[in-house]
Amino acid sequence: MKKQNQGKTLKKALRYVGRYKSCLIVSLLLCIISVAATLYIPILTGRAIDQLLGKGQVKFDMLLPILGQIGLLIGINALCQYLMSLTNNRMTFSTVRDMRNDAFRHLQILPLSYLDTHPSGDVVSRIITDVDQFADGLLMGFTQLFSGVLTILGTLGFMFSVNWIIALAVVVITPLSLVVASFIAKRTYDMFALQSKTRGEQTALTDEMLTNQKVVRAFAMEDEVQQKFDEINGRLKDASLKAVFFSSLTNPATRFVNSLVYACAGVAGALIAILTGGAGLTVGALSAFLSYANQYTKPFNEISGVVTELQGALACAERVFELMEAPAEMPDKEPHQVLADAKGQVDIENVSFSYVPERKLIQNFNLKVQPGQRIAIVGPTGCGKTTLINLLMRFYDVNEGKISLDGQCIADVTRHSLRDNYGMVLQDTWLKTGTVRENILMGREDATEEEMIAAAKATHAHSFIRRMPNGYDTMITEDGGNLSQGEKQLLCITRIMLTLPPMLILDEATSSIDTRTEQHIQKAFETLMKGRTSFIVAHRLSTIQNSDVILVMNNGNVIEQGSHEELLKLGGFYHKLFNSQFAV
Amino acid sequence: MKTLFPFLKPYRKECVISPLFKLLEAILELFVPLIMAAIIDKGILGEGAGNVRYVLWMGALLVGLGLLGFGCSVTAQFFAAKAATGFTARLKSALFGHIQKFSYTDLDMIGAPTLINRMTTDMNQVQTGVNMTLRLLLRSPFVVVGATIMAFTVNAKAALIFLALLPLLTLVVAGVMALTLPRHKKVQEQLDKALLHTRENVTGVRVIRAFNKQEDEVESYEADNDLLSQMQRKVGRISALMNPLTFVLVNCALIVLLYSGAWQVHLGSLTQGETVALVNYLSQILVELVKLANLIITITKALACAGRIETVLTKAPSMTEPSSPIAPDPTCRESVRFDNVSASYFGAGDDALTGVSFCAMKGQTIGIIGGTGSGKSTLINLIPRFYDASQGTVSIGGVDVKQQNLEQLREKIALVPQKAALFKGTIRENLLWGKQDATDEELWTALERAQAAEVVRGKPLQLDEPVEQHGRNFSGGQKQRLTIARALVRQPEILILDDSASALDFATDAALRKSLRELPGESTVFIISQRPSSIRHADQILVLDDGELVALGTHDQLLESCALYQEIYRTQYPEEVKA
Repeated sequence: MKKQNQGKTLKKALRYVGRYKSCLIVSLLLCIISVAATLYIPILTGRAIDQLLGKGQVKFDMLLPILGQIGLLIGINALCQYLMSLTNNRMTFSTVRDMRNDAFRHLQILPLSYLDTHPSGDVVSRIITDVDQFADGLLMGFTQLFSGVLTILGTLGFMFSVNWIIALAVVVITPLSLVVASFIAKRTYDMFALQSKTRGEQTALTDEMLTNQKVVRAFAMEDEVQQKFDEINGRLKDASLKAVFFSSLTNPATRFVNSLVYACAGVAGALIAILTGGAGLTVGALSAFLSYANQYTKPFNEISGVVTELQGALACAERVFELMEAPAEMPDKEPHQVLADAKGQVDIENVSFSYVPERKLIQNFNLKVQPGQRIAIVGPTGCGKTTLINLLMRFYDVNEGKISLDGQCIADVTRHSLRDNYGMVLQDTWLKTGTVRENILMGREDATEEEMIAAAKATHAHSFIRRMPNGYDTMITEDGGNLSQGEKQLLCITRIMLTLPPMLILDEATSSIDTRTEQHIQKAFETLMKGRTSFIVAHRLSTIQNSDVILVMNNGNVIEQGSHEELLKLGGFYHKLFNSQFAV
Repeated sequence: MKTLFPFLKPYRKECVISPLFKLLEAILELFVPLIMAAIIDKGILGEGAGNVRYVLWMGALLVGLGLLGFGCSVTAQFFAAKAATGFTARLKSALFGHIQKFSYTDLDMIGAPTLINRMTTDMNQVQTGVNMTLRLLLRSPFVVVGATIMAFTVNAKAALIFLALLPLLTLVVAGVMALTLPRHKKVQEQLDKALLHTRENVTGVRVIRAFNKQEDEVESYEADNDLLSQMQRKVGRISALMNPLTFVLVNCALIVLLYSGAWQVHLGSLTQGETVALVNYLSQILVELVKLANLIITITKALACAGRIETVLTKAPSMTEPSSPIAPDPTCRESVRFDNVSASYFGAGDDALTGVSFCAMKGQTIGIIGGTGSGKSTLINLIPRFYDASQGTVSIGGVDVKQQNLEQLREKIALVPQKAALFKGTIRENLLWGKQDATDEELWTALERAQAAEVVRGKPLQLDEPVEQHGRNFSGGQKQRLTIARALVRQPEILILDDSASALDFATDAALRKSLRELPGESTVFIISQRPSSIRHADQILVLDDGELVALGTHDQLLESCALYQEIYRTQYPEEVKA
């Protein structure tokens, strides 16, 4: 991270903290009181000591009120310290919560191109781990930076008021501690960077191997994977050792400077006391001075510690902001146009699209779909079928040309209303953590129990749901836990069956369901598709034979287009494809 | 924590040296108030008062002590860092290795996100914890106790107050720790929940947007997050008590010390300089306590994390290997035999498989067909012993799989799972998973057979084409073909395809089946498929329904006798089936 960036990140982070300005002010005030009390106690202690002149010379009448004052200050100080911690906690955790919420909210409007090209583990760790680390650094920073700076200023003031010569001696030595600290901080930064990088590598490997642990096991690759892990682990160990050790040098180094300061203050104080014969400095004042010399240098340690900590926190914050500032989807056009209950006329005109400019995919694609038509898309894997769906749903926007629904360009209407018109079932099933019921009701939360069961019966999901430990209230663990692919697909189809959207997109919706069950569901689909414009991607040609239009795609282009019979008669690619399923 | 300590063993030396040098440093620091008292009592106030040389000499001594302390401290830091990073590295490696031993059932139960968390965030916290513990945990109590002892050497009577202070301070510190530890655990659990939620939203983004669920997701996330924030603040409120409480205790002691000290000075049993020294010791105690408070927060967090790591590390893999494994007889003609096998998943109500028996001979192709949830995947997962049968025996080469060496068993078997998974690296590295020492020629043969050669040829770098995490830069069909090739590279005795051609179009699928039939050697091939066409040439077809084997035979036999098979077949070839 360059210096400039660091500054920018800090500014952004401060903007978040700025929402809790009142907390910040309260915390500052409490800090001032607490520091003042802390600093005043040694003076009183010194005064108390001055009353103990020697045998039979103790002035008890002077001593007692001083002790009373000390007691009062202790009470005030403790209270302020506690309240300050509470305020800081509140500020830190609220800031973290806000950041996380904002990051999560931004996640919802990030374009799919971002999410498709960034490792999911990385995105998650930005929102969770990095925010957490930032919080830790922030809390440290608040509690220590404030009081540190205030203590330094306060002590300086007190010291100068007591004796300016010793104070000057102290001030002259202190910059040493700063120089040392910044020298170390500079060196450590590179080591921390290496540590983070290696750690990232390890996390990526862990993520990959643990999510696919079963494959690792199936190939008995445990040893090899372990080797790979150990190799990275070894490098991380070395990098960590360096980073941890060098960063921990700051403390002893500054502490050494402290002891210099302490020795100087002591010697200078003693010399002044001797040379002025006690007139310039009493023993009590010297004792107070020594306390100050201690208190004065301690914050420098802390601040240098805080600087390292804050640097780490800022590095994390930057990763969070990077995510939060990744360009969002193009906002819906103003004024918002809503497209409700589409009839289902789709016009695709001259559409070109590619994920990366270097690799052209769909080019000059044209298609007219009448309301209620059933469009099947077939073709070899990787031919662009799923891409077409990405465009229809506006997960991606076209590069050229336009797609219209009911005569309205879909780029002009809100995504929300566009997507409401489609019911979508994907090959890659996704279920959220929650009960079976919650997952089915996802599209229509107000559905009644009867409606839900009817939908589940229509998709033949009812029987297996019933067999689950808690029926419809069985919790589904992350990503479908021990449901089979087919069962997951049935649930996803049930979800749509309940919503009854005006249009349908089925992308290999039944690929993991056996043909017999599929046949049964097909009937339900038939009813569902009646009068609804539907786009179906399928491998099993049997399921699409009675489509109105079959698009045969290859390499991103539609190479044949027509009904089943027309295409067979054509004797082209489709003909070959169709016959191959009977090949043995 | 007991199970984690052994990982520190190789660093025994470091674990002793580091605190030892910290102690040395602390001892040196303890002399500082004594020297200061000497400066005051002897240099300023004592006989021959105004002894400038004495004062300068003592000042030099202070600097010397500081320098020595610096050396000790650096040594301590180095060894602490070495022990902490070394310990964590070993622990990580061990945990990773332990996870590799978990059975499928264990993995189903714990879940990948939890494991990933243990390996990353928790480990980082533990490393910091160990490092800080070595550096500071001994030091702080030592300084506290040491300061007390030194106080006694100064003046036993005045030092009694220190003795009263110690148990009170211990009580506060221990109390705060006891209160916060379980709460930290709960906070961590809630954080896990937020993590899960985030992950889900990244992986399920298409569905969430298709259903326009973004707002709902944000709302429920914010609720979770709010709760997390509240819990954190609650713990914070307790931890925040530590500093003010110790501050009050130490400073009350200061008042008592000054008052009782005043009486002693009055009676002549204490000097003014000695009083200053005592006050200094008190303030040293206070400074250490502030450090200790911060340290304890770090340690409680680390302990909570260590506990979570320990839970995973001590979880015994639910599958054990036989102590004296039996190797199957290579001349046995039998490949896979199921005897009345039943199986069920953890937490599931019903058996997933009930009383299945069949026998596959070497070189045979076995087709498995049946409805969704009929137990097909369960059946084949029993062959490489990914799960254990709850009843009956699965034997390979005539020997019960439970009596065989697991690694040797699995090396004979190649399974292509439903969900194609590739790993970050190159195509070559992925293929070599099948067989470590395979030549390029072997790789290309496997690719040809898996109909994946054209996929690789289409890439600029051929076999060295990079594969992104989770194989994201390949389409579903391409991934499936590559995973099949990976299995074929192994030239396994038993090849299992778990509906692994679902993303292939019919033409490719047909070509694949043709090449599988022509595999050299005596591979036994299991094919799970939804398409009767994929398995119609199998030597035996198992028809499963609701976890039971309802029929077994060749395609023609089943078409004659099995109603279910007829029905399945008819759905695909409506015009072909005889009535």
